Amino acid sequence: MKFGIVTFPGSNCDYDAYHAVTDVLGEEAVYLWHKDHDLQGSDVIILPGGFSYGDYLRVGAIARFSPIMEEVAAHAKAGGPVLGICNGFQIACEAGLLPGALLRNAHLQFVSDAVRIRVENTETMFTDLYERGEVLRIPVAHGDGRFVAPEETLDRLESEGRVVFRYVDAAGNVTPSSNPNGSERNIAGIINDNGNVLGLMPHPERACSPLLGSSDGVRLLESILTKVAA
Amino acid sequence: MSQVDPRPGDPAITPALVAEHGLTADEFDRLTHMLGRKPTFTELGIVSALWSEHCSYKHSRPVLKTLPTTAPYVLQGPGENAGVISIGDGIAVAFKIESHNHPSAVEPYQGAATGVGGILRDVFTMGARPIAMLNSLRFGSLDDARVRYLFSGVVKGIGDYGNCVGIPTVAGEIVFDPAYEKNPLVNAMCVGVMHEEDLIRAKAEGVGNPIMAVGARTGRDGIHGASFASEDLSEASDAKRPRIQVGDPFTEKLLLEASLELIKSGHIVAIQDMGAAGLTSSSAEMAERGDVGVTIDVTKVPTRESGMTPYEILLSESQERMLVVAKKGHEDAVREILTKWDLTAAVIGEVISEPVYRVTEGVRVVAEFPGSRLVTDCPTYSPTARESAEIADLRAVDPSSIPELAEERDHCWTLERLLSAPSIASKTWAYRQYDSTVRTNTVIGPGGDAAVLRVRGTNKAIAVKTDCNGRYVYLDPRVGGRIAVAEAARNVACTGARPMAITNCLNFGNPTRPEVFFQFKEAVAGMGEACRALGTPVTGGNVSLYNESPLGAVYPTPVIGMVGLIDDISHITRAFFQHDGDTVLLLGEMSGELGGSEYLATIHGEVVGAPPSCDVERERAVIDALLESIQAGAISSAHDCSDGGLAITLAECCIANRDCESGAEIDLSRFGNLADRAILFAETQGRIVVSSNVPDRVMEIATRHGVPCVLIGRVRRHSGMLEITLPRSSVRASLDRLRSAYHDAIPAIMSRTPEHATFDELSQVAAH
Repeated sequence: MKFGIVTFPGSNCDYDAYHAVTDVLGEEAVYLWHKDHDLQGSDVIILPGGFSYGDYLRVGAIARFSPIMEEVAAHAKAGGPVLGICNGFQIACEAGLLPGALLRNAHLQFVSDAVRIRVENTETMFTDLYERGEVLRIPVAHGDGRFVAPEETLDRLESEGRVVFRYVDAAGNVTPSSNPNGSERNIAGIINDNGNVLGLMPHPERACSPLLGSSDGVRLLESILTKVAA
Repeated sequence: MSQVDPRPGDPAITPALVAEHGLTADEFDRLTHMLGRKPTFTELGIVSALWSEHCSYKHSRPVLKTLPTTAPYVLQGPGENAGVISIGDGIAVAFKIESHNHPSAVEPYQGAATGVGGILRDVFTMGARPIAMLNSLRFGSLDDARVRYLFSGVVKGIGDYGNCVGIPTVAGEIVFDPAYEKNPLVNAMCVGVMHEEDLIRAKAEGVGNPIMAVGARTGRDGIHGASFASEDLSEASDAKRPRIQVGDPFTEKLLLEASLELIKSGHIVAIQDMGAAGLTSSSAEMAERGDVGVTIDVTKVPTRESGMTPYEILLSESQERMLVVAKKGHEDAVREILTKWDLTAAVIGEVISEPVYRVTEGVRVVAEFPGSRLVTDCPTYSPTARESAEIADLRAVDPSSIPELAEERDHCWTLERLLSAPSIASKTWAYRQYDSTVRTNTVIGPGGDAAVLRVRGTNKAIAVKTDCNGRYVYLDPRVGGRIAVAEAARNVACTGARPMAITNCLNFGNPTRPEVFFQFKEAVAGMGEACRALGTPVTGGNVSLYNESPLGAVYPTPVIGMVGLIDDISHITRAFFQHDGDTVLLLGEMSGELGGSEYLATIHGEVVGAPPSCDVERERAVIDALLESIQAGAISSAHDCSDGGLAITLAECCIANRDCESGAEIDLSRFGNLADRAILFAETQGRIVVSSNVPDRVMEIATRHGVPCVLIGRVRRHSGMLEITLPRSSVRASLDRLRSAYHDAIPAIMSRTPEHATFDELSQVAAH
């Protein structure tokens, strides 16, 4: 399977995603240049983390106008898998691929930590290999990760099982202190109504090696492999 | 030589103008003599920057020459943008530390941010991809609102810049002491890796090759930053805020990628950051290294605003700019790479055979210096060095003459006070603002003895750390200099790494004062002794003098940035206790030296006594014994004894990692020759607390290295207590209380600033 990883000016986790796909998963990966209009036959698109366009204007707001995003949107519309991580989640929201928005962390500071998230829905192409309610240890590193949306949107996301990950404590409980950024309802990741675009603030590609403290992110990538190949 | 006339509109050269440029009468005479005529305004500006302390090292160079700089694996020693060592497998590590103290004292956010940007460029101009940032910070007491403003601004500046560029900030140290009240120290270190064949030097070569300005445009910011950094801070320093540069990490990220692509492309012969003194120093230094002439036309330099004079263009310290010597005929290829990254590149000059450094404004020559004398003719000074009698008296105080406080009868009280002292307490408040895991190499991040990063494509890892105890250096600069190196070495060794080489950032006061120059000379001598004994040459660094405010000089603070090599990632060792039932051992001696300790400073408010002695041969033996034990698989955890002494080390082994806490049962009753408080809180050097499930093996190895090794207790994973038996008393401390003292101290102090205050609101606090 071929993963296309978009490099925007200011992306800085493109390399980490590339290595997770090639070294850990053993799959093919290509970097997709933001000025191009070619997905190079990629089966899965990753919008990586970083500071596209320096976060100027508003996080993700300029990147969504990059030439490559037209093809990414078409790929998503056709049901192709898109994984937006951190800045990629912000871009996906700005591009209208996902509902809601990501605002400045409630405490106004950048937060870098290994947080715990609970898998809320295992019936997706990204979470098939996890157990429902399983608690994962995944790093976050962001200044603008507070997920917000209108109440009715949040309710709909909940009722449709589209809240995929939630910040929790070590015991798996949703608590205010386990929420690193003040996200509504501790939401860490959501999926679109078609089930093919996942956005999350934590970095699964940084949780792919026991040496680095966690390999809980590996199954997210493997899930895509099994579901999409099948 | 060309005819050089004063440029219409430029000010006349008067003694007042010369003085304003920081040149002494003698230096001005030298300049006139070199030129054979009076300098122009532009020339005066150039010389003022290049002969500033910051660029010329005029007071420090003769002393620095005494440091060891070679080893078979050193590929690049001092004199380049960064030092480079080989770690085998064709992989090299480039690293360098630099200060940004003066700008940070006036404008903490931009001062710290541009410090990070500058050191990043120093590393990637060598052809290395940056993989880690460290920083060594010193502030006054956090009880002061302005200090809290400086601390939060510096941390935010470091975080915002490094996070955006995508380089993890993995380690460092933060110390709070009134000695740094008005003059904080902000030292940033960058580490990069490369294939040895990609190493490139900043040496202009090839007559006819074009010189190109690359990256951001040149503006009026930061003019005379180098000179500003070469004078004492005063009440008037705030007025020099415009001399502080403004950083743009987004442009830096683009410049990083473009520069590495340029170096790989083979289209260029040299590249250098336009850092301190901007275009002037980068072009003059590249010409001097290559022993060639250069000519630069300032009208070709892309500027941000119109009407900039040659003087301004040459001395601007606008950030995110590079000077490149391209191969003739490859100009378009260079432009193409920069354009890909939405950056500009312009030919602004040429390498010439005539031995001159020439600047023109169109056809008019506005500055011209013979050969490389602009760099080489800078005078050096060896001022008088004399120890301050006042400090000698402080050193002579016997710490045991200071009576214990009544509260100290409960050692837990003292222990908790020390754990919550901001210099010892957990710095998570700051580290949480730094992305420490981007690039997915960070095996041990902030909070360990040293940070550890895996090296992709190999089975190796590198350990990195900065260290310096300024209080020791203040009380005895020779010993303090030795300790700074030894402690850094011990710290990287605790992770399983062999100490390889250092970079240093020497932060001192005004060198023209004999007592300051004494500290400088002695500290460097001590560092040299330790470097030689430990086999860790100096590959470069930075000197920051004039760290003085109206309150006086800072503690002399020679910060050491150490790089160590772990040959096999399976040897990576953690600082905190790992397994229930492991035996706890102490490597090294117990001698009860309380002088210069955190205990005396925090509990008694005294900075007195001789700092702990430091025998560099013993330090080497301890490190050798530890590394052999680690490589034999005999060590579960290893933690260096430093600030706060053995009691703090043991407490940190128990509680430093919130996800892996352990209790411990320790027996120190055998040390009846020492006072109980000295056993707990003395900062005797050369000691490491290890835990092991094969203690006999560790004992055997230590004995073979001639290192004292005693069994002092056992890890009790679930006891929830740190229990220490002493000759005359005991400590029973619950981990809950220790944890709270250690982890909550700094957040509690920082929350005194309104929690949701914006940085601008904080700035208003600062103005008062």
